[in-house]
Amino acid sequence: MTDKSKRINIDARSYTMILALVAIWVIFTALTGGGFLTPRNLSNLIRQMSITAILAIGMVLVMVAGHIDLSVGSVAGFTGALAAIMQVNYGWSTPMTIIVTLGVGLLIGLWQGFWIAYQGVPAFITTLSSMLVFRGAILLVTKGVTISPLSDSFKLVGQGYISPSISIILGIVGGILYLIFEMRSRQAKMKYGIDVSGWNAGIMRIIGVLLLISLFVGIMISYEGIPIPVLIVLGLVIVMTFIANNTTFGRYVYAIGGNREAAAYSGVNIKKTNMTIFLIMGLLSALAGIVLTSRLNAATTSAGTGFEMDAIASAIIGGTSTLGGVGTVPGAIIGALVMASIDNGMSLMNIDYSILTIVKGLVLVLAVWMDVSTKKRTV
Amino acid sequence: MSDEYVIEMRSIIKDFPGVRALNNVTFKVKKGEIHALCGENGAGKSTLMKILSGVYPYGTYEGDIVVDGEVKRFNNTRDSENAGIAIIYQELTLVKYMTVGENIYLGNEPIKNGIIDWNKVYADAAKLLKELHININPRTKVMNLGVGMQQMVEIAKALSKNAKILILDEPTSALTEAETELLFKILLDLKQRGVTCIYISHKLDEIFHIADTVTVLRDGSTVCTDCVADMTEDKIITAMVGRELTEQFPRVEHTAKDVVMEIRNYTVYDPDIPDKKLIDNVSFEIRRGEILGLAGLMGAGRTELASSIFGGFNARREGEVYINGEKVDIKTPIDAINNGIAYLSEDRKRYGLVLLMDIAENIALPNYGKISRFSVIDNNKKIKYANSYVKELNIKTPSITQKAANLSGGNQQKVVIAKWLMSEPKVLILDEPTRGIDVGAKHEIYNIMNKLVDQGVAIVMISSELPEILGMSDRILVMHEGKFTGEFNHKEADQEIIMRAATGGK
Ligand SMILES: Nc1ncnc2c1ncn2[C@@H]1O[C@H](COP(=O)(O)OP(=O)(O)OP(=O)(O)O)[C@@H](O)[C@H]1O
Ligand SMILES: [Mg+2]
Repeated sequence: MTDKSKRINIDARSYTMILALVAIWVIFTALTGGGFLTPRNLSNLIRQMSITAILAIGMVLVMVAGHIDLSVGSVAGFTGALAAIMQVNYGWSTPMTIIVTLGVGLLIGLWQGFWIAYQGVPAFITTLSSMLVFRGAILLVTKGVTISPLSDSFKLVGQGYISPSISIILGIVGGILYLIFEMRSRQAKMKYGIDVSGWNAGIMRIIGVLLLISLFVGIMISYEGIPIPVLIVLGLVIVMTFIANNTTFGRYVYAIGGNREAAAYSGVNIKKTNMTIFLIMGLLSALAGIVLTSRLNAATTSAGTGFEMDAIASAIIGGTSTLGGVGTVPGAIIGALVMASIDNGMSLMNIDYSILTIVKGLVLVLAVWMDVSTKKRTV
Repeated sequence: MSDEYVIEMRSIIKDFPGVRALNNVTFKVKKGEIHALCGENGAGKSTLMKILSGVYPYGTYEGDIVVDGEVKRFNNTRDSENAGIAIIYQELTLVKYMTVGENIYLGNEPIKNGIIDWNKVYADAAKLLKELHININPRTKVMNLGVGMQQMVEIAKALSKNAKILILDEPTSALTEAETELLFKILLDLKQRGVTCIYISHKLDEIFHIADTVTVLRDGSTVCTDCVADMTEDKIITAMVGRELTEQFPRVEHTAKDVVMEIRNYTVYDPDIPDKKLIDNVSFEIRRGEILGLAGLMGAGRTELASSIFGGFNARREGEVYINGEKVDIKTPIDAINNGIAYLSEDRKRYGLVLLMDIAENIALPNYGKISRFSVIDNNKKIKYANSYVKELNIKTPSITQKAANLSGGNQQKVVIAKWLMSEPKVLILDEPTRGIDVGAKHEIYNIMNKLVDQGVAIVMISSELPEILGMSDRILVMHEGKFTGEFNHKEADQEIIMRAATGGK
């Protein structure tokens, strides 16, 4: 019981998925004659994953609370289009564009939250409506044409790299911060008289995390450095995991998804919590939109199509329950990695897009089936 | 009754992660008897029955199950049904939106020419219900039935599968007295027809009423199996808890102080029928340092009154609530909690617990204000509180990170009690606080109530068990059909006076 609160909260399904991920990587490495496992390709892979990951992080919250958000693709497309218009048509600066676009994301979240939390319209319906509304809105604001090119500074968000030397510094700082965090949490536990025996497990974990950081930075600097969108995702994972596990809002989300009535009887403000969830989802959708436009260096009318399915699939593969109450942010990232690896590996092998889509669809069922069947055995 | 055993469970061992729930249990049931199974919360009663009924399949436990002299390996509940074993869980498993007939034959629908023969469904269901002397129309939707009747439907469902052995896990914990009587009549009737019955209950008087034999489990082992005729209540209790329990109700004289909460002219309307009053213009007050017992029959409106005061009952209401002399407007449980009111619901699975969450989180849920700063939770404080309540209430669990779903019924109840204790309320409303709790734990809870009252908490205790009302309350209010029909000091009250008021008589 001692290290539960500080353990990165990954559940059984995620462990299965980490194994599956390793298996997928081994297979693709073999099939591509090593082409898959080059620093360049790995760097590309996680860069490609970043947009799905940003959306999946928000989707975990939404789904844990027992909702769903079908509109994230359209909203990302729409906010991305707005960003392009601000830059191209109005010549706004990059910081200004980003701030206003994120603000629009919040407003969209407010709109959805109003219907879902305060008017009691199911999220499925509300977001299905928004999916259509914002798909239409994209056409409306872009007048059906592609908008480009964007300024160099804006392109950095989705395409830029942190230079290798700064990447190394970041890695070292990250490692040190992690060590400090571990020490302090140990001290805090001792202060409360909570059993902190078993330094061994703790040391293994610390070594594991530090190794992971070094490996990551090592691979990234072998190419161009840490991609900026990946840095954004990493930041979000840390912040959102903290929110999910260590803030009252986060725990209320899980309580509402687990048993809404019991949560209400325990004094949880369900409306406010639901509203906050959709505000966060709106914000993250807009962030995804910015990264998308920046990466493509353009806003297209079809931008973001189908992203909601990738995000939902990532969350589910990563252990989020469709019934609510269960799910983790790191899990969803692993889910997103699984999806992106399949995408990346198969396109390396020049496999047709049609087959790729079929495989991705099958993987979703397979992942959940694996989880269900392992659970059965351990009853 | 013959001497052969219909069921023999031999040397059963069942492990859960971190807990050995059953350790070498031997359990033998004779044909045609009503066999009671007793034991403290977490002793392993439900687990043993889940093994017998195939919920935990062959291979997940050690030991043998012998039915009618034949060793059986059940892979699922269907296998055990085929062997004539049916289990009725404490949580009813009927589909609310389906009719009684549909429920009885769910999964076993009679088929004619490839389609369901509905006429046969309803004709057979009617016949079955009639045999059991249950007076309900098989075309009624289950959601329109009370808990008691739903239980009868469960029994009918079990019998429709030709069950020879019927297992009932705490069947009466949600039944009214009349319903309990009816259930007993049916069970005795079934006994005449040669059906064997295994009966789990924490209510010892029931066991003496209907059981022939009793087996006591303690900490996952069999303590004894005896003829009920050779047993006394005290003997069973001693076998259960491993020591003697002196008085059942630890009465402590309290002195009531100033009024903390006052309810004036309170009316609650039926959520479905706008003009029907569930609570009709009641007024009462509760003082610091007293236990107010709310007595009455089930359905009298006590739960509606309490949950409405707490802001949890979604229906129109009128009247005023004063806390420490100040008028308050409680719209939601949040307002109630902020005003120092805590309400322990009678339905712990529905309103009390998030089953997917662990013990620590369940206890902390209404109390995050206390262990967080700027919304950031101090997880160490959470662990500390949880550990101290697990110890104080003697919650049986390997660790506080155990999911609430994995606890035995009584230990779940203790978790809900812990979460409201942690909120340090001024007014604590307990709705059937000892439901599903064993005698030893009841005693602990009574002691805690006394301690709280001494600290100045006001307790409102709703209970359908008269001995509990009489044994613990300082003052007793009796409710009948939404009105108070009597108020007594505990010294002047007895069962008869209260029952008369509870049934509306003067
Ligand atoms: N799914 C599970 N996972 C882990 N432990 C479990 C699980 N189910 C039961 N247990 C544990 O096994 C023990 C026996 O539980 P069981 O439900 O059989 O008790 P019980 O005698 O029915 O108690 P009660 O009177 O409270 O209903 C308890 O310690 C309980 O915590
Ligand atoms: Mg039980």
